[in-house]
Amino acid sequence: MNVLAGLGEFVRTRVLGAGYVFSLLLHTLTLLPRLPRRLRFFLNACHSAGVRALPVTMVVAMFAGMILALQTGIELRNYGQTGAIGTITALSMCREMGPFITAVVLAATVGSAMAAEVGTMNVSDEVTALEVMSIDPADFLVLPRVAALTVMCPAVTVFSNLLGIAGGSVVADFQLGISTTFYWNSVETALSDTANFLPKDIYVGLLKATVFGCLISTISCAAGLRAQGGALGVGAAVQSAVRNSVVMIIVAGFIITSFFYG
Amino acid sequence: MSANDSDKVPSGIQLRDVHKAFGDREVLRGITFTVPKGKNYVIMGGSGTGKSVTLRHVIGILKPDKGSVKVDGIEVPELDNKGLMQLRTRMGYLFQSGALINWLSVADNVGLPLREHQHQLSRTDVLDKVMSVLKMVGMDHAAEQMPSRISGGMKLRTGLARALVTQPEYVLYDEPNAGLDPITADQIHRLIVRVRDELSVTGLIVTHSTACAKLCGDVIGVAEQGRIVAEGTPLEMAKSDHELVRSFLSGGAD
Repeated sequence: MNVLAGLGEFVRTRVLGAGYVFSLLLHTLTLLPRLPRRLRFFLNACHSAGVRALPVTMVVAMFAGMILALQTGIELRNYGQTGAIGTITALSMCREMGPFITAVVLAATVGSAMAAEVGTMNVSDEVTALEVMSIDPADFLVLPRVAALTVMCPAVTVFSNLLGIAGGSVVADFQLGISTTFYWNSVETALSDTANFLPKDIYVGLLKATVFGCLISTISCAAGLRAQGGALGVGAAVQSAVRNSVVMIIVAGFIITSFFYG
Repeated sequence: MSANDSDKVPSGIQLRDVHKAFGDREVLRGITFTVPKGKNYVIMGGSGTGKSVTLRHVIGILKPDKGSVKVDGIEVPELDNKGLMQLRTRMGYLFQSGALINWLSVADNVGLPLREHQHQLSRTDVLDKVMSVLKMVGMDHAAEQMPSRISGGMKLRTGLARALVTQPEYVLYDEPNAGLDPITADQIHRLIVRVRDELSVTGLIVTHSTACAKLCGDVIGVAEQGRIVAEGTPLEMAKSDHELVRSFLSGGAD
C-alpha cells in the first residue's frame, strides 16, 4: 500500500510540475509584446546565455565531432567507405549532435544559473516584493530569460555544428588519411539542398535548438519560482531544472525528428 | 450615530476571525484587530505566531481559509487581479531583509515601481522622486551603490524608500529591525515614526522587539498561537497583568 501511495505521490508531483511549466510557458508567450520594455534585461540575458556559454559549448562540440569522425571512420575503414566520413559527420552534427550537445551544455550552465538566480530571489522574498509592487514575475524575470535562450540556443548551435564538423575534418586528415578538400566537399554535398533556401538538415536542427532553448529556460525559471526553504531549496531547484531539461531535450528531440524524418 | 456615519466606509485595516492553515499546521487561529487610519499598529509576538502571514493576508498574497480582511472597507480576498493591483498601489511593504533586486542599483530599486506603473513620468521626474525619498531615509549618498555593497541597515532604509516612493496610504513593516544592531534599529524605528507623522501613513508593524513596539506603536497587539491575546496603547500595555505582555515588555523576549 505504501509503495502505491508513494507512486501516486510521485506521479501527482510530476504532473503538477509539468502543468506549472506549461502554464508558465503559455503565460510568458502572452507577454511577448512586452519584450521591448525588457530590452536591457533581454540583452543581458543574451550575453549570459550566448556569449559566456559559447567557449565551453564550442570545445565540447569540437571534441564530439572528433569522436564521431574517429569512431565511424574506424568502422567504415573495414568496409573501404572512409570517404563517407564527411557526409556522416556533417549530417549527424546538424541533425542531432549539434543541437543536442549545445542544449545539454546550456542546460548545465545557463539553465542551472537561471534556476539558482530565480530560486535565490524567491527564497529571499524578492519575487514576493515584485508581486507586492504589482510587477508580474513572469514579465520581469521569466520573459527576458526565455526569449534570450530561445534566440541564443540556435545561434550557439550554428557554432557547435561548424566546430563539430571542423573537428571531424582534423581527425579525418590526421588519423584516417582523408584529404581536407575531399572531406569539405563531401560536407558541402551532404548539406546541399537546391529545393530550399536553407537545407532541411540545417533548419530542422536549428528548429530543435529553438525548442530546446525555450524548454530549458522555462523549466529552469519554473524550478526557481517553485524553490522553497532557503539554500537547500535552491539546490533542489537547480538539480530538478537540469534533470528535467535534459529529459525534455531528449523527448522533444525525438518528437521533432519523428515529425520531419519519420 | 447619524445615518451618514453608519453609511461611512470604515477606513483603515480590519481583520476579523482570520484562520489560515498550511497543510495540517494551523498558523492563524481567529486573529482579529483593527488598524485605525493614520496610526501605527504593532503586532508583537514570538517566532511562529503568524505575524508575517498576517501581513501577507493584508496585501492579498495569501487568502484566508476563513474570516474577513478589509482595507478601507474593501474585502481583500474577494479582489480580482486588477483590484489587487489597485490596492497594492496604495500600499508599501518593507521586507525583513529589504528584498532588493540584486542586479539593480539602490536608485533603480527605489524607482522600480514608478518605472513599471507610472509611465507618464519622465526619467527626470522619476529620478527627482527617487532622490527625494532616498534623502528622507538618509540614503541619497548611496544611490548608485549595488545592494551587495551596502549594509543590512542601508538595505532596510532602501526598502523603506521603495515602499514610500509611490506615496502609499499604508505601509506594512515585516520585522523592520531583524538582525540589526540597537543603534541602526533605533534609526529605523525613528524613520517609521517620521513616516507616520510627516506623511500621515498608516503602519502595520510586526516585530518581536519591545523597543520597536514602544517607540513606533500607537496600539500594540500581542500575538500568541495565531491570535491577538492582548491589545492596547503602549501605556495600557505597560500596566497589563497578562503574563505574556509582561514578559515581552519587560524585555525578556527581546
